Amino acid sequence: MGISNILFALILIGAGILFTINIRKVISNIRLGREIDRSDKKSDRWKTMIRVALGQSKMATRPFAAILHLIVYAGFILINIEMLEIVIDGIVGTHRVFAEPLGSFYTFIINFFEILAVLVALACLVFLVRRNFKAVKRFQSTDLKGFAFKDANFILITEVLLMSALLIMNAADPTQSFIISENLKPLLSTDLHTLHIIEQSAWWFHIVGVLFFLNYLPYSKHLHIIWAFPNTFFSNLNPKGKFNNMESVTREVKLMMDPTADPFAAQPAVEGAPQRFGAKDVTDLTWINIMNAYTCTECGRCTSSCPANITGKKLSPRKIMMDVRDRVEELGDAKRKNGADFHDGKFLVGDYITDEEIWACTSCNACVQECPVNIDPLAIIIDLRRYLVMEESKLPVELAGMATNIENNQAPWQFSPADRLNWANEA
Amino acid sequence: MSTPIQVKTMSQMIAAGETPEILFWVGCAGSFDDRAKKITKAIVKILNHCNVKFAVLGTEESCTGDPAKRAGNEFLFQMQAMMNIQVLNGYDVKKIVTGCPHCFNTLKNEYPELGGNYEVIHHTQLLEQLFKEGKIQIKGGGEFKGKKITFHDPCYLGRANDVYEAPREVLQKLDAELVEMKRCKTKGLCCGAGGAQMFKEAEKGDKEINVERTEDALETKSHVIATGCPFCNTMMTDGVKHFNKENDVKVMDIAEMIAQAADL
Repeated sequence: MGISNILFALILIGAGILFTINIRKVISNIRLGREIDRSDKKSDRWKTMIRVALGQSKMATRPFAAILHLIVYAGFILINIEMLEIVIDGIVGTHRVFAEPLGSFYTFIINFFEILAVLVALACLVFLVRRNFKAVKRFQSTDLKGFAFKDANFILITEVLLMSALLIMNAADPTQSFIISENLKPLLSTDLHTLHIIEQSAWWFHIVGVLFFLNYLPYSKHLHIIWAFPNTFFSNLNPKGKFNNMESVTREVKLMMDPTADPFAAQPAVEGAPQRFGAKDVTDLTWINIMNAYTCTECGRCTSSCPANITGKKLSPRKIMMDVRDRVEELGDAKRKNGADFHDGKFLVGDYITDEEIWACTSCNACVQECPVNIDPLAIIIDLRRYLVMEESKLPVELAGMATNIENNQAPWQFSPADRLNWANEA
Repeated sequence: MSTPIQVKTMSQMIAAGETPEILFWVGCAGSFDDRAKKITKAIVKILNHCNVKFAVLGTEESCTGDPAKRAGNEFLFQMQAMMNIQVLNGYDVKKIVTGCPHCFNTLKNEYPELGGNYEVIHHTQLLEQLFKEGKIQIKGGGEFKGKKITFHDPCYLGRANDVYEAPREVLQKLDAELVEMKRCKTKGLCCGAGGAQMFKEAEKGDKEINVERTEDALETKSHVIATGCPFCNTMMTDGVKHFNKENDVKVMDIAEMIAQAADL
């Protein structure tokens, strides 16, 4: 064990600690949301997770992207098996510790990884072209201005570099010969010492790159590789048309409709601080809504299928998810700095999402249907509407009229309820 | 060929000591909107023809609260829901058919938690069942035989409740050429009326949603745009008028098509 092994171990431990700190931050932000019980139907939940997250069933509706994504996904999982060897080599100071015990199987497996690595790099290059050469409309949206656009490119370029490092490392190893990298050998120096330096550099670049990537995740849209699993597990299993029932309202309505209710009776104590109707800020959303935001990889399938967005309205379900994440990070950081009761005076409604966006939704569920990881932007939009209507009475004037009609005429239009059956007597 | 329709209210049935097999929930559009009333009557004609013992609530029916809930007014929704549940439970209603996917969704999914538990079906599901039971037949396909028909999936029937096949099964009975729009079933585009949009102007944009959707429908070169929702019907009818195609392309509810083809 030399100095480089100690250095490696330190980097590994440091990266692990940093990653743990950042993920705990994400978890504490998710916990800023309201409680919601999704502990039911365990077996359905496991099945959904296996089908949607592991099996990527919802990607299939766009086959070209699905195949490319599958390559990167398979590459990510399988090539990372090699990480085990890299880590052992790094700590103990061995060189390809599995090569001897596995024999020809080792060659087979690394050959397989090399083919995958080339495919992953190619897929990433195609993704880069799709994003940067205006090939796909949903990647040109104003939602992705600034960091979001750079984030995507950064991830893709990093992947290509990591895969290249892996191949160069193998090519520069005079003790080994693998299916892809052997073709690179003639391009490299024949001098053993130079080869050794190239091999070591590529090895270090790869492992440090991977550890850096790991710590970039919590800041990136790429975090979906982790949250896709719990997100699909806890996803809504009810029919999409069913909106949640607000228990707090039910209590009041029941009291209102009960002729025997004593208006002067003491109200049963409600635990904790009184909650808002609907959501004004991320703390009024459920932890599922916030986890949804952290799971979002900003692919924009939701927005590209949203009837309001397609016809030029401001609403973009993807932007709603990005806003929730940006806001919860901002508020979470402020609370960690200034204490749990701190509030910075900003809100999700108004400072991030405008009324115009909130009212443009047709509740058609296209965004929910499209999301490959079962994110539900509609649930958030409806809670924002509930806040606007029930707390602020801020709603389009026609909708206020509609509500009055329902109250007075039992229909959204101003017809007399006595005329409801007239159709039966009309020719 | 039209015989007068027979409609009894729940209170009339109870007074006569009868119990209906099913309650027909007409809905506000079906009760008051002139275009949608035609759909209501078509459904009743079919029910009469098939000797289905049904009742309506008549003046005891009230808005389900769907547009209130989608517009964020949970108070108003729950007030409506609880009133309706009192009426429905008072009549011991077990099974409901609706003429509107919005009523269908609300009664089926959102009433149980407030104490209203019923078996709820959409009228296209009832039609499918009536065909299966052989209670209604269309001889030789009727007047739609060989014509091109495209079906517009209502969001609250399709994506919201995963009912995609019943309306298509029923349309098959017309011996017509059923063509799908490029966006259909799970990928179907909303007509623009859902989420209480029916009752307000759209936000600023560069196009109306119903125009975008009507383009999909017109691309199929169909003679008829079939719908299963009174609001979709309005939006698509307006869309067809936008393109001045009202003489070439009809917008009809599936119930109307069946009633017409069966010469009821």
